Amino acid sequence: MTTRSRRWFLRLGATWSAALVACRSKTAPPSAEPHALGAAVSPYGSRSRFEKAARQVNTNTKVPLEEASSRTPLHDTYGIITPSSLHFERHHAGVPEIDPATHTLTIHGLVDRPLVFGVDELKRVPSVSRIHFLECSGNSGGEWRGGSTESDVQRIHGLTSCSEWTGVPVSTLLRECGVQPQATWILAEGADACKLARSIPIKKAMDDALVAYAQNGEPLRPEQGYPIRLFLPGWEGNSNVKWLRRIKVMDQPAMTREETSKYTDLMPDGTARQFTFDMEPKSLITRPSGGDTLAGPGLYEITGIAWSGRGTIARVEITVDGGATWVAAELQTPVLPRAHTRFQWPWKWDGREAMIASRCTDDTGYTQPPLADLIKVRGVNSQYHNNGIQVWKVAADGTITNGNRA
Amino acid sequence: MATARNVTAALICIAAAVGSPKFRILNSEFLIAQHIERPAVALAQSPTYGVGRAPKPEELKAIDIDVTPDGKGLPHGSGTAAAGKEIYTRRCETCHGPSGKEGPQDVLAGGRESLTTSRPQKTVGSYWPYATTLWDYINRAMPFDHPSTMTPDEVYAATAYVLFLNGIVGEHDMLNETTLPRIKMPNRDGFTSDPRPDVGASPKKRPSP
Repeated sequence: MTTRSRRWFLRLGATWSAALVACRSKTAPPSAEPHALGAAVSPYGSRSRFEKAARQVNTNTKVPLEEASSRTPLHDTYGIITPSSLHFERHHAGVPEIDPATHTLTIHGLVDRPLVFGVDELKRVPSVSRIHFLECSGNSGGEWRGGSTESDVQRIHGLTSCSEWTGVPVSTLLRECGVQPQATWILAEGADACKLARSIPIKKAMDDALVAYAQNGEPLRPEQGYPIRLFLPGWEGNSNVKWLRRIKVMDQPAMTREETSKYTDLMPDGTARQFTFDMEPKSLITRPSGGDTLAGPGLYEITGIAWSGRGTIARVEITVDGGATWVAAELQTPVLPRAHTRFQWPWKWDGREAMIASRCTDDTGYTQPPLADLIKVRGVNSQYHNNGIQVWKVAADGTITNGNRA
Repeated sequence: MATARNVTAALICIAAAVGSPKFRILNSEFLIAQHIERPAVALAQSPTYGVGRAPKPEELKAIDIDVTPDGKGLPHGSGTAAAGKEIYTRRCETCHGPSGKEGPQDVLAGGRESLTTSRPQKTVGSYWPYATTLWDYINRAMPFDHPSTMTPDEVYAATAYVLFLNGIVGEHDMLNETTLPRIKMPNRDGFTSDPRPDVGASPKKRPSP
């Protein structure tokens, strides 16, 4: 991300100054009176050429980019919906190009009637639209071992995004097939090159799981699983299998590579936690945050996002003194279950060094813990599921850095 | 019903833990049991919308590729590490190194006793709990840039060679649909269920007014 795009506060100040000048002096020539026609209507919109927010791709890695991730610019997104073009990515064998006219979803295994559904056919079944976050279990993972002080909210936490997802409840499709009584799990499998597969308890499948075909009002983006994906509200990203081609109803988990050797959480005693599906309550201050520079003492609105894979955000609190005292932030409506929730709090910076952070509590009563508390129990090798409090350090000169280990 | 099942699972689990040298609760039955609680509604019922069509047997056969720890799904075929060496050299070594330890991609061998250190190595030998998972993963996803291009015999042989690099099978041990599921991986009992929320108590300080 460029330094320029991070100078949010400076831009805001400049805009206000221009507005004040305009009010004072009615005789000043307007800066940009239009004398020429603008552009014509167009079949598919694009953003202003002045806007540069982009997903961050780490190219300085031995990992092939088909097996990599890109991160949402949380600092430069607003409200609770992530534009589809900026939704984070994590692929395991690249983005396949799939023709929806020939793609099918097969449901078989412990069912009375194995069935094949075409994509158009799925779109004729009664649908639901729900706003939910999706977060990679590896999000914020670098902080377990102490991330860079120079890092920013996108690099540390950009593997979470929030969209409106439209699709068919998995329960509807399973009922069409007639699930047999001994069924306890489903295996969901993608049509990507690695045919990524995850076992999901049938309880979740029958509860709120979707076969999603649309995101933010249009068909899924290819990188989000076009034409169809599994969507499991509140559960770790990897289990939301993209490019879904098959669901097998089973009486045991398949113990695929992803759910044994990959997405399991190693503990200090050498054991590993398996099937750690929930993304626990988490919040972040997105502005101001690492990489910003405050122009000088005065008013700054602190804003950010909070979410819980187990329910609805009940409270977000802000500290500006490293956790000695906390104040309640305002939650911006809508506040939805298993969705990003926007919070705000006006801060008058006195120009002295400050440690700012947010913490959230969800409707189960769980409060987001300090990272140090998580490390005390889980050590630093667990890699996944870091939902610890993110601290930003504001220096007296206004520069902001990652303060998690300060 | 669910409670009775959980109690049974807990008993199985305790029995297994007592039998385990480190007295840890590590039985996969326990992991599975925690998710077994079924929805309140009966699952089996008549279709509501009459959508979908029956798959043709050959359609199903082409995509029904998963293999479970009990060996279900494994096709006929066989292979040894001796046969797998050539396949590994040709199709795996570029990414995983001559002995499976050099990378540059995932390290496949070694790493035993490293899981409790500051630099744990999650290899097939040190971490993977089931040999069937290795077969399934090679079959569905490897080689990275040309997946699903090996015959069942080649997959058995490549699996055998990776296990041989970890000292789990001998060079001439024959792997097939019967012998592969019988292999007990070193970290077979290394996994526990999800105990969360394990951290995240109620706040010590109340919000300031």
